Amino acid sequence: MTAFFQSEFFYNYRRSSSAMIGSALMASFALAVLVGPFLVSQNPYDIAALDLMDSYKPPFWLEGGDPRFWLGTDGQGRDVWASILYGARISLFIGLVAMVASCAIGTLLGLVAGFYGGLVDSVIMRIADIQLSFPSILIALFLMSAVGTGIDKVLIALTAVGWVVYARTVRGSTLSEIEKEYVQAARVAGLPNSKIIRKHVLPNVLTPLIVIATIQVGTFVLIEASLSFLGVGVPITQPSLGLLIKNGFDVLFSGLWWTSVFPGVAIMMLVFGINLFGDFLRDELNPRLK
Amino acid sequence: MAGKAQPKLLEVRDLRTYFHTFAGTVRAVNGVSFDIAAGEVMGLVGESGGGKSVVGFSILGLIDSPGKIEGGEIRLNGEDLVKAGEARLREIRGREISMVFQDPMTSLNPLHSIGRQMDEVLRLHSDLDVKTRHAACVEMLENVGISRAEERLKAYPHQFSGGMRQRVVIAIALLARPRLIIADEPTTALDVTIQSQILKLMRRQIAKKGASMILVTHDLAVVSEMANHITVLYCGNVVERGRTRELIEAPAHPYTRGLIDSIPDLSNRHERLQQIPGTVPDIRNLPKGCNFRDRCPRAQALCGEVEPSLTAQRGSLSAACHFPLRPGKRA
Amino acid sequence: MFGYLLKRMIQMSLVLWVVSVIVFLMMSFTGDPVFMVVPIDATDAEIAQARRILGLDQSVLVQYWRFISSLVQGDFGNSYVFRQPALKLILERLPATVEMVLVAMALALVVAIPLGVYAGANPNSRISRIIMAGSLLGISLPGFWVGMVLIFLFAVHWGIFPSSGRGDTVEIFGLRISLLTADGWRHIILPALTLSLATMAILLRMTRAGMMEVGRQDFMKFARAKGATRRDVLYKHGLKNALIPVITIFGLQLGDLIAFATITETIFSWPGMGKLLIDSIYRADRPVIVVYLMLVALIFVVINFLVDIVYTLIDPRIALK
Repeated sequence: MTAFFQSEFFYNYRRSSSAMIGSALMASFALAVLVGPFLVSQNPYDIAALDLMDSYKPPFWLEGGDPRFWLGTDGQGRDVWASILYGARISLFIGLVAMVASCAIGTLLGLVAGFYGGLVDSVIMRIADIQLSFPSILIALFLMSAVGTGIDKVLIALTAVGWVVYARTVRGSTLSEIEKEYVQAARVAGLPNSKIIRKHVLPNVLTPLIVIATIQVGTFVLIEASLSFLGVGVPITQPSLGLLIKNGFDVLFSGLWWTSVFPGVAIMMLVFGINLFGDFLRDELNPRLK
Repeated sequence: MAGKAQPKLLEVRDLRTYFHTFAGTVRAVNGVSFDIAAGEVMGLVGESGGGKSVVGFSILGLIDSPGKIEGGEIRLNGEDLVKAGEARLREIRGREISMVFQDPMTSLNPLHSIGRQMDEVLRLHSDLDVKTRHAACVEMLENVGISRAEERLKAYPHQFSGGMRQRVVIAIALLARPRLIIADEPTTALDVTIQSQILKLMRRQIAKKGASMILVTHDLAVVSEMANHITVLYCGNVVERGRTRELIEAPAHPYTRGLIDSIPDLSNRHERLQQIPGTVPDIRNLPKGCNFRDRCPRAQALCGEVEPSLTAQRGSLSAACHFPLRPGKRA
Repeated sequence: MFGYLLKRMIQMSLVLWVVSVIVFLMMSFTGDPVFMVVPIDATDAEIAQARRILGLDQSVLVQYWRFISSLVQGDFGNSYVFRQPALKLILERLPATVEMVLVAMALALVVAIPLGVYAGANPNSRISRIIMAGSLLGISLPGFWVGMVLIFLFAVHWGIFPSSGRGDTVEIFGLRISLLTADGWRHIILPALTLSLATMAILLRMTRAGMMEVGRQDFMKFARAKGATRRDVLYKHGLKNALIPVITIFGLQLGDLIAFATITETIFSWPGMGKLLIDSIYRADRPVIVVYLMLVALIFVVINFLVDIVYTLIDPRIALK
C-alpha cells in the first residue's frame, strides 16, 4: 500500500486537478448512492409518505419553496432530491453491472478469437465490425423496442452493445502477446491452452481495459438515460435519473423546471467525473493513446 | 565587404540556450562562440546530447518551449538574430539561412507533393510567378541529381527512397539561394553508400552557390571530408576548435582525441578501436571544474577545481584544457 | 478501380443482408404481430385467417424468404397505424432529418476544428485547458437534457426561438426544405445545436489529439525552417495530417447524429423519421421500424464507403484496394 502512495501514478494523481475532481465526483456519488437513502426523510416510492398538498413545490430559495424539499417536489409531492438519490442508485447500478457483463463477455470472446484464430475469430470479429458501424444507441433502442422495458432488459441491451470494444482490444493484445517467446515456450512445454490464457495472456491484456471500463460506465449511464427518456428503458416503478428527466419534461412547458433540470445535473456530474478520471487513467496507463 | 580579407557571415557569441524542465534546467548550449566566413564549411562535432542540434535551431530561432535562448548574440552580417522579431526571422528562415534535417523520412510532409513543398519556399521568399517558380524547382531538382524532374514534382514523398528524399530536402534548402545552410546530421539516417553521394552533392552545390554551411554531426570522418573548420562541443561548451586538418591530425583536447580514436578509418595505428570511457555527465547538474575530467586520462587535481577556458594552442587550434596534448603524444 | 467498386458493393450488400436477418429474427421472436392487425374482439377463425394473410403460418425460413424478397422489391408493407406504405412514410420524413443532421454536423465542424487546432497547438495554455474541460463536459451531458434546458431557456423563458416543429418549408424537386426560410432557421437552430454538442466535443478532441501528434513531427519544424508562418504551418501542414484520424470517426459521428436525431426530434417535435421511429416503437408499428432500420443501415454503409473514398483523396499513401 505504501508502494502505491509512493508510486509515480499516485504522484501524478496528486498533481492532476482533473483526476482529483473526477475521483471526488465519483466518490461523492458512490457515497450518495450507498448512504443517501438513509439521509432523506422521505422514501419517494412509498405512496404513504407522499402528500399531494406538497406537489410542485419549487426549490427552497424560490418563492413558495419549502425547506423540507430543498430541490423542490414533483407532481406527487415527491422530494426531487430524494428521487435523485434513489434514481442515481438505479442509474449507477445499471451502468456498473452492464459494464462488468460487457467486460466479461467481450474479454472472453476476444481471448478466444485471438488465441484460436480461424473461423471462430472471423465470425466474432465480423459481428463486431458490423455492430461497430452502427451507433450503440440505435442498436440498444432497437433491442429495447423488441424486448420491452425493464432493468434486466436494459442490462441485456447495454451488454449487447458493450462487449465489442473489449473483444477487439483483447483480441489485438492477445495476438501480440501469443507471439512473445514466453507464451511460445509455454505452448511448446505442453501447458494446456486454458492455463496459458489464464496465466500468461490474460494478465497482460487487462491494463487497457481499465480505461475502457471506466469510461464505459459513463457511456452506459447516458445510454440508459436516453432509453428511459424515450420510454423504452426502466419501468416507471423504478425510475432512473433519465426517467426522472422524462417525467419532468412533461411539465417543463408550465415552467416547472426543477423536476427535470436537477436530475440532469446529477447525470452530468456523475458522467463528467467518470470521464475526467478516465482521461487521467488513459494518460497514465496508455500514453500512446493521448 | 570588399577590402576585408574574410568578411564574417555569421558570428555567434556566448550563446546560451537552456531548457527549463520539471527535473531542472538543462543548459544544452552554455556559452558557445564561433564565426563562419562566407563560403566556409564549419563542422560542429560532439556526442549525442552535446547540444549540437540546439545550436542549429537557436540560429534559426526555432527553439520551442520549454527551451529558451537565455543570452548571447547570433549576428548574421552584423544583425543580431536573438533580438530579431518573429516576422524578421521568418524572412531569414529559408531565405538567408536554411536547414537540412537528419531524417529525410520524416522531414517532408507526407500529404503534399514534392513540387508543392519546393514551391512553398519560393512562394514565401520571392515574387516570382508560377511558371518561373516551377522552372526553378525543376532545375533545382535536376541539380540535386533527380532525373525526370518535371514528373517527379508531382510525386509524393512516400514514392521516394530515403536518399532521394534527402536530395529533395537539400534542393528545398538550396532553392532560395541562402547564404548559410545548417545541415543537422544530414546523412546519419542514410545507407553508407548513399551517405557519400549526398555529401558530395552537398559540397558541390554549396561551392557552386557560394554558400556557407554548418555541418552538425557526431561523425568526425564525415566532417573531416567536408569542413574547413571544426568546432567540438562537449556538454554545451566549445572544448576545441581549429582548422580541420590540424585538429584531426593533432588535436589539443583529450576529448577530441578520444572522438578521433573512436573512428575506424582514422585510427589505423591502433588495432582496437578506442572508446571514450564513461558517459556524458548529467547536464542538469554539472560538476565543478572541467566537465570532461571524469572521463579524461589526463585529469589532475586542478581540473576538479577550475573550469578551463578556451585558449589559443598551436597553430589555428584553441582548446579548453588545463593540460592540452602536444603533437605526437598519445592521450 | 472497377474491381474495388465491385468488391465494396458485395461487402455492402453482405452487411445489409446480415442486418436484414437480424431485423427479421428480432421481429419474429418478439410478440405476435397478428394482434396488431386484428380487432380486439376477433374470433379464432379471424385470427387464423389474418395469420394466413400475413404468412405467419409458414415456417421461419419461408417467412424470411418472403420478407427478403419483398424488401428487395422495395415493398416494405403498409404501416399498421397509418395504413400507408411504410417506405413512403419514412421517405417523406427523411429530408427533415437529413437537414437537421447536416446543420448539426456543420455546426460541430465549424466549432470543433479551430478550437481543436488551437488546443493541440497550445496544449499548456489556460484557454486550451478550458476548451478541453468544456469538451469533456460536452461528452458527459445527456443530449436530451440539453435540449430540454435550451427549450426552457430560449422558448419558455425568453421566447426567442420556437420550441417545436419545423417552421416554413419550401418545396424543391419534391423535397420540403426548411433551410431556405428564416422561420425554418429559427426552428432548426435549437435542435441542431442540441444534436451537435456531443459530436462537436468528440471531433474537437480528435482534432486536438491529431494536432499534438502532428506537432511532434519533423516536417512541421522543417516547414517553419522554410520560413512559413505559424498559421500556415498549423493549417496547411498540420491540419491535413491531423484530420486523418478525424475522418476515420467522421462517418461514425454522422451515424451517431442520425441515431441521436431520434431523441432530438422527439424532444423538439421535429417531423423527421427519427420521431416517426420512436412513435412507431410505441405503437409496435413493425413495417415502419423495419424500413427505418434498413434505410439507416443503407445510409451507414454508404457513409463508410464515402469516408474511404475521402481518405484516398486526402492521403496519397492510401490506394483503393
